[in-house]
Amino acid sequence: MASVFEYAPAPESRAIADIAPSYGLFIDGEFVEAADGKVFKTVSPSTEEVLSEIAQAGSEDVDRAVKAARRAFEKWSALPGAERAKYLFRIARIIQERSRELAVLETLDNGKPIKETRDADLPLVAAHFFYYAGWADKLDHAGYGPNPRPLGVAGQVIPWNFPLLMLAWKIAPALATGNTVVLKPAETTPLSALFFADICRQAGLPKGVVNILPGYGDAGAALIAHPDVNKVAFTGSTAVGKEIARTVAGTRKKVTLELGGKGANIVFDDAPIDQAVEGIVNGIFFNQGQVCCAGSRLLVQESIQEELLDSLKRRLSTLRLGDPLDKNTDIGAINSEEQLTRITSLVEQGEAEGAERWSPACELPESGYWFAPTLFTNVTQAHRIARDEIFGPVLSVLTFRTPDEAVAKANNTPYGLSAGIWTEKGSRILAVANKLRAGVVWSNTFNKFDPTSPFGGYKESGFGREGGRHGLEAYLAPSSPEGER
Amino acid sequence: MPSSALTAAHPLKDVASSDSALRRFLHGLPGVDAVGLEGRAASLGTRSIKTTAKAYAIDLAISMVDLTTLEGADTPGKVRALGAKAVKPDPTDRTTPATAAVCVYPDMVAVAKEAVAGSGVKVASVATAFPAGRAALDVKLADVRDAIAAGADEIDMVIDRGAFLSGRYLKVYDEITAVREACGTSARLKVIFETGELSTYDNIRRASWLGMLAGADFIKTSTGKVAVNATPANTLLMLEAVRDFRAQTGIQVGVKPAGGIRTSKDAIKFLVLVNETAGEDWLDNHWFRFGASSLLNDLLMQRQKLATGRYSGPDYVTVD
Repeated sequence: MASVFEYAPAPESRAIADIAPSYGLFIDGEFVEAADGKVFKTVSPSTEEVLSEIAQAGSEDVDRAVKAARRAFEKWSALPGAERAKYLFRIARIIQERSRELAVLETLDNGKPIKETRDADLPLVAAHFFYYAGWADKLDHAGYGPNPRPLGVAGQVIPWNFPLLMLAWKIAPALATGNTVVLKPAETTPLSALFFADICRQAGLPKGVVNILPGYGDAGAALIAHPDVNKVAFTGSTAVGKEIARTVAGTRKKVTLELGGKGANIVFDDAPIDQAVEGIVNGIFFNQGQVCCAGSRLLVQESIQEELLDSLKRRLSTLRLGDPLDKNTDIGAINSEEQLTRITSLVEQGEAEGAERWSPACELPESGYWFAPTLFTNVTQAHRIARDEIFGPVLSVLTFRTPDEAVAKANNTPYGLSAGIWTEKGSRILAVANKLRAGVVWSNTFNKFDPTSPFGGYKESGFGREGGRHGLEAYLAPSSPEGER
Repeated sequence: MPSSALTAAHPLKDVASSDSALRRFLHGLPGVDAVGLEGRAASLGTRSIKTTAKAYAIDLAISMVDLTTLEGADTPGKVRALGAKAVKPDPTDRTTPATAAVCVYPDMVAVAKEAVAGSGVKVASVATAFPAGRAALDVKLADVRDAIAAGADEIDMVIDRGAFLSGRYLKVYDEITAVREACGTSARLKVIFETGELSTYDNIRRASWLGMLAGADFIKTSTGKVAVNATPANTLLMLEAVRDFRAQTGIQVGVKPAGGIRTSKDAIKFLVLVNETAGEDWLDNHWFRFGASSLLNDLLMQRQKLATGRYSGPDYVTVD
């Protein structure tokens, strides 16, 4: 669209991130080839350009990494908390120093706008390490009994939507509590985890404390099933989460799962409309909607439906989609072709089921994986687009008449990760929040994260909490001999 | 662009039929969430404006400046100098656009008018017992008539904040309509709320609607005489108000942030707010102004930098 005030392109320099042509697995402090020599390619979703060739972990590599982590555990867990804290603080500071490089890297590998990696992801990543560094010598006071013990080796599998942030959520509390880690990043976004491996070396972290195994689902499955893994942490799809729960059932492994969601964003008629519109946009178009706690169902009070939708459509028309390295880009690329296919097929089903589809006038780049911000009206609870997690920039709009109806509709989902309430009435915020079955309820805001605040789900959105004091529990056992509470 | 007062038949005309009706209407406007508003303003402040877009924005900002002197110590000589600068902001570069207006006290209007004669630069005057507004309506109207008689093209009026804060909205409304009437067809009316004194964003939204309902051609943040003047957040809020008002009534109203905008970088952030909130219909000095005095020199220095590739210094632009 031609406008009188065109912003000239303002691309961040990609030269800041020096990506090597190939990377190995990070095991016992060294980058090594995969045992069977397999490799895979990681591409930039915005251009389909191959960024690097990565060693692909198999079950033999998983075994090597777990053994390395086990050896490292003896010394690492025996360190005083204050010593472990020093390493974590050092890592946090290096992340801050290298944040511009990491932001560019993450944008290249993931496709999300530099604005988000620079202003949201990286500050939060550093904050998580700082926060859990602070806990390392205060575990006696965390509320899990005197002198709680680490569990051992943590097997962690993370998704592609927030590669570095999910790594921080997993590794920071694990290390603070004295556990060692084998982490498998997603196959489409392995780069920032490998750069993190380099940061561990830069920080002088003892060998084997952190091991990084890029690879596919088979490596993740092998890691979770490995008999010498004591703790399993997974963030990803509900289907895989269920598989993991089956694998782990009957073992003594402790497990936390953070799975899908279909968050309801409830807007009452007395809401601050302009800010609610911003919150809706942030709720569903942040990271192209590839957020497990996205506010993908908008529940709007019938009396203000028209006004709100007009505002929302006008606002969507100002979103800027394109080169994610441009500092003015609001919407970047979809992470992979596979994900784009999934979004496209669900949106087509939405149309087939009779919901009304709307997108702003929006030019999509020719190469790469792109999907225009999309709004569905005339949606009912029975539509698939109101039930299935789309994991893309697609918002389903439903209406309600009374607070009870809003709560009933919001809770009528197999998921329960997040929800939002928009109203100027404080008592209503408290009353409605109490009735919502969701791990996080935001009021008059959305998608706000903080390391001090626990995050996790109900029902098919998983169990266990990450972040905050509660996030320590998943990595600690009480000091009694049997580990009973 | 449509610009006229509400016709007697417009449904919104009724909202000022009584003090209680007006209060009900103003208090029925959607609330403002301060955290969200300031967050949005800050995020628009991170837009990166470079090269051609920056050159465009600097020239646009220069053309939107109401070059202002509002000191007790103002002299005819100072006002003449200001007028000359408004007409030709950078004597070394004739491609520099003129500013929108010069803004002076009523007794200086005649001097200013003469200084900018024939240039298209407007003369604005802060009438209505500026900056406190604490005078009888008759006195304010006399002030306005004085300024208009001396040739003012625009009247910048302060509202009675005391009346507004004590909930006497109709009194404020009546004063604005009276001043609007005194301006007649010869002057456009800018209504100044002194947002720093209204203190809450809800109040600023109510004041904005009150001003527009009463026939303001422009709504303006502040006098520049208090601690908190124009901010990105209060300007964003007022831009939302004019946008919504046009959607409901078809009447377009201008916005003027005033006080505290000193750098090109800040000015460009405000233009981004205009572009992405009210839209490009407002990107024009008929609908958006900067009330500023020191801003212009920074814009000129940035303009010279873009032209030459080098920063000059304060001695390469004129002092007033």
